[in-house]
Amino acid sequence: MVATPDLEVRALAKRFATHLAVDDLSFSVARGSFFSILGPSGCGKTTLLRMIAGFIQPDHGDIAIGGRSMARVAPNRRPVNMVFQQLALFPMMSVAQNVAFGLARRGVGRAERMRRAEAMLERVGLGGAGGKRTDELSGGQRQRVAIARSMILEPTLLLLDEPLGALDLKLREHMKIELKQLQSAFGTTFVYITHDQSEALVLSDHVGVMNRGRFEQLGTPQELYYAPATPFVAGFVGDNNRLVGKALAVDGTLVELATRGGWVVRARRKGAITAGMAVEAFIRPEATLLGRTSADLPAGQIAHAGEVISLLFDGANSAVLLRELQSHVEFRIALPQTGAYADLQAGARICFSFDPQRAICFPAPDARA
Amino acid sequence: MPVPETPATAVGYRRLVLGLLLAPALLWLFALIILPHLDLALLSFRERVAPREYVASLAHYRTFFGEPLYWHVFVRTAMLSALATALTLLVAFPIAWTIAKLARGRMSALLFVVCLIPFWVSETVRTLGWMILLRESGVLPALLVHLGLTAQPVELLYHDATILVGLVYTSLLFMVVPLVGSLESLDNSLIEAAYDLGGKGWSILRAIVIPHAAPGITAGCIVVFMLTLGNYLTPTLLGGKNSQWFTEQIYTQFITRFNWEQGAAFGFLLLALSTAMVWLGLKISGQRFSDVMRRA
Repeated sequence: MVATPDLEVRALAKRFATHLAVDDLSFSVARGSFFSILGPSGCGKTTLLRMIAGFIQPDHGDIAIGGRSMARVAPNRRPVNMVFQQLALFPMMSVAQNVAFGLARRGVGRAERMRRAEAMLERVGLGGAGGKRTDELSGGQRQRVAIARSMILEPTLLLLDEPLGALDLKLREHMKIELKQLQSAFGTTFVYITHDQSEALVLSDHVGVMNRGRFEQLGTPQELYYAPATPFVAGFVGDNNRLVGKALAVDGTLVELATRGGWVVRARRKGAITAGMAVEAFIRPEATLLGRTSADLPAGQIAHAGEVISLLFDGANSAVLLRELQSHVEFRIALPQTGAYADLQAGARICFSFDPQRAICFPAPDARA
Repeated sequence: MPVPETPATAVGYRRLVLGLLLAPALLWLFALIILPHLDLALLSFRERVAPREYVASLAHYRTFFGEPLYWHVFVRTAMLSALATALTLLVAFPIAWTIAKLARGRMSALLFVVCLIPFWVSETVRTLGWMILLRESGVLPALLVHLGLTAQPVELLYHDATILVGLVYTSLLFMVVPLVGSLESLDNSLIEAAYDLGGKGWSILRAIVIPHAAPGITAGCIVVFMLTLGNYLTPTLLGGKNSQWFTEQIYTQFITRFNWEQGAAFGFLLLALSTAMVWLGLKISGQRFSDVMRRA
């Protein structure tokens, strides 16, 4: 028997004037999992989240939380709580009063709710901070208060609306790990929306990649990264080199394509492609090997040649940006961790190759439509 | 941020400019407010014992405390002013909420203009307008007869309720403006968060909205209370002989009885009352005067 999913969305749609924000969306989120909705701004993810929370009424479709339909259930009666983008802590209350707010609304007595608020603060590592004002806390602490304030009501579902967006980079990295730990400690289902693919990949069990009101793909972070279903996902999740061109020949699972400048590469076929079709190929920077000469590259792979534009040093994420010699297409290649090639200079000639199975070729979106 | 050192001459120059810019305001403050009040203070503390002969005395203040009529009018004015302030707050809050939170863009500006329009007409004309509506032969009593609600036209003027209506009407804008300011600065996501956490209309209003808007509410109440307490025209015209507003007592002393000393003493008592009430209001609402005045 499969447990009832904590969240089930069926054929959900919402239109604002002429703009279709959420377009016939269906998915479900398993109990206790961390689910992210990843998409660029304006893709409809906030509308989706606000419909789940109950702040927006859908035009069509249904939302069921814990197996119960939420149609005509007001936000303050749903077993759902939300962590807002700017956290929305109540500045007129102490930290403990913030956390106890929901209990007070449920009619829990003052002594009891203060005791439970203190216990909850203890759980998120803020024991003893109950008497402080919210503006005395650091960004990370404020986030933990926001989560504690929601979690004290033991919701079936916790919605998080880009809560890390306002933090600086260093803290954001730290809070990512902390969020994941909090989620597994509470065991509550988290639905998290973000435009940051790294947050989605690190945190989630499953990710829905959203674009123009629809899910382009729904899968584990690994599936999204290694087996993108659409050109949009390939381009949006992780770094990728995008080559636009025409299919020259199709050989089983492999496509040979030529870019506009005449650069010929081979990539794994995804979807129906015939010779002559407009296609898009994606090759990950780390799927590519570098060589000083073509002899350094694995035999059997096509050797390509390029001229270095610049070296992008970023510790373990260092890469070299080069221009393919024939087509002048820009191409990004991850530098090996060994430190080899760290001495590359702009203007240097270099060879590179990749396994065509690790490159992926889609019919161009326009051709598909 | 480190402040760059400024040469002494530049500091002197800046002070001069600041002084010149403030000069009209300071002059106005001194000539029209401080000077007359000093003179009134002196007046209130002297007693005429013979023609052109005066001695320092507290007689006029003693008269106030000794004469029940003055006392009665004084307390009544304070109570009705407080009531008018509370009513103004009740009426202004939904208006301010609509302007600040519900209406968008041009609609919000339009609503503001609607609140402002009555002030394009002089207060006298506005109050006379009320009289045309409310007097026994006026529009509203005729309407009541026409609708069969009253057999005879009733006199709607010269009641306490009429005075209150007039005062609320006159004061509305001065309450709406600071309220809109303080409500606009309230982040909508706070209200949503409170709602999300199980709050309902009233509990959110009490726990989130009112504490946030408290400086604006206090500012509005202080301004309206002061305006109402010192209002002369509206109580006199709408309340007639029954109005018994303290400003009328002051007017009577100065103009009718030509007893400037007594009028001055009354004026200072009114000033003391208004100061005490403002102080009390700040204490009760837990606000600081400087924060509140920034909102006003």
